[in-house]
Amino acid sequence: MRPITVELNGVKVADEIEPRETLADFLRDRRRLTATHLGCEHGACGACTVLVNGKVTRSCLRLAVMCDGSAVQTLEGFRDDRIMETLRRHFHECHALQCGFCTPGMLVMARDILLRLPSPNAETVRIQLSGQICRCTGYANIINAVVAAGREIGNASDA
Amino acid sequence: MKSAKFDYVVAKTVADAAASLASAGTSPSIVAGGQSLVPMLNLRVAVADVLVDISGIEELKTNRLTATGMTIGALTTHAAIEDGKIPDPFDGLLRKVASGISYRSIRNYGTVGGSVALADPAADWPVCFMALGADVCVSDGAVARSQPITEFIEGQYRTSLRKNEIVIGLDIPRSDAPPRWGLHKVVRKSGAFADSIAIAVQHGGDKTACIALGGAVPRPLLLATTAQRLGRGDTSEDALRAAIAQDLRASTVQADSYLIRLHSATVVRAIRELRNS
Repeated sequence: MRPITVELNGVKVADEIEPRETLADFLRDRRRLTATHLGCEHGACGACTVLVNGKVTRSCLRLAVMCDGSAVQTLEGFRDDRIMETLRRHFHECHALQCGFCTPGMLVMARDILLRLPSPNAETVRIQLSGQICRCTGYANIINAVVAAGREIGNASDA
Repeated sequence: MKSAKFDYVVAKTVADAAASLASAGTSPSIVAGGQSLVPMLNLRVAVADVLVDISGIEELKTNRLTATGMTIGALTTHAAIEDGKIPDPFDGLLRKVASGISYRSIRNYGTVGGSVALADPAADWPVCFMALGADVCVSDGAVARSQPITEFIEGQYRTSLRKNEIVIGLDIPRSDAPPRWGLHKVVRKSGAFADSIAIAVQHGGDKTACIALGGAVPRPLLLATTAQRLGRGDTSEDALRAAIAQDLRASTVQADSYLIRLHSATVVRAIRELRNS
């Protein structure tokens, strides 16, 4: 077991882990942060997407031990985030989820897209979200929601 | 699946990493971004008794541009190149390659050095660096050596790296006149490894050309005959297809008729993109 310290959603936490533990397992099993979903556990589905030091990453592809000293943000940490609030509302209005399993990863990735590529069109969103798998195949509404959220945020910052 | 148990050490310097590798048991492994290694460990197609984490070694993060070449530090991430955070004296080729690798969440942590050291024949960087005539720089902490990437990569997931050596970066030659380039990649699904990827580069000065092909091949390879035709400007469809067929026959690629058509198509399209640029 190895000690690690992580700034988790803004709060410093210290824990002990095995080197082979992924960040995803650390978040879910040790910290009980279960918004981060595990679909494929080998980097193919994107459901477990979180931020490490502000960068989107798949928590199933990061070893928790490598995150020692890092800042980790999960979906739970975006409760008061303005972009996430807008995305949540548009996901609701566009019916951008069915079973909801992929939604945490979709939201975290969508927020990253809107930060890097403000007011993206549907084509851009489609390419940028292509690493996130929705097994209900409700992609059209997810893309609509991200485009609508981007437009609203873009308009607000133009004003 | 979860990985089997392993030990974990953090290396602060290249010498530190080399010492950890040298003193480790039978199967130590370097980890940098871990974007290939971690899933391979989880699926247990790779085993390691100790992981040596080099992700914090500052000397592997530097990039240098001179009049005659460029050095890319092994820890440079695909995302850093995609975002233009390092110079790209090859008229956008590096950015184009970087932005086509997997997904943004992988590109944020995956590294150039990791891609070269893993030597997946379907990966993007080995093909790009072959087309650019790059050397791989390797160090055991005391002695550094450098080797053309065409020799460094010996086969599928096989390189000339010795147990206590790590990739420290890539040296790419350059001239004042930027090259023209074309890239074509066929993937079943966005972000997947390539079924076929071809990069054609024509140097600005003497117009000599280099064409590299990767994907469903034993190892990425250079297409010498096709490159000669391109250098001479002999780029009719028939001439190119005949040259590609000749290059594939001379290689160790065991291609059925589908793969020959696939690889021929990516090479021709890469060359067409170069001619149109």
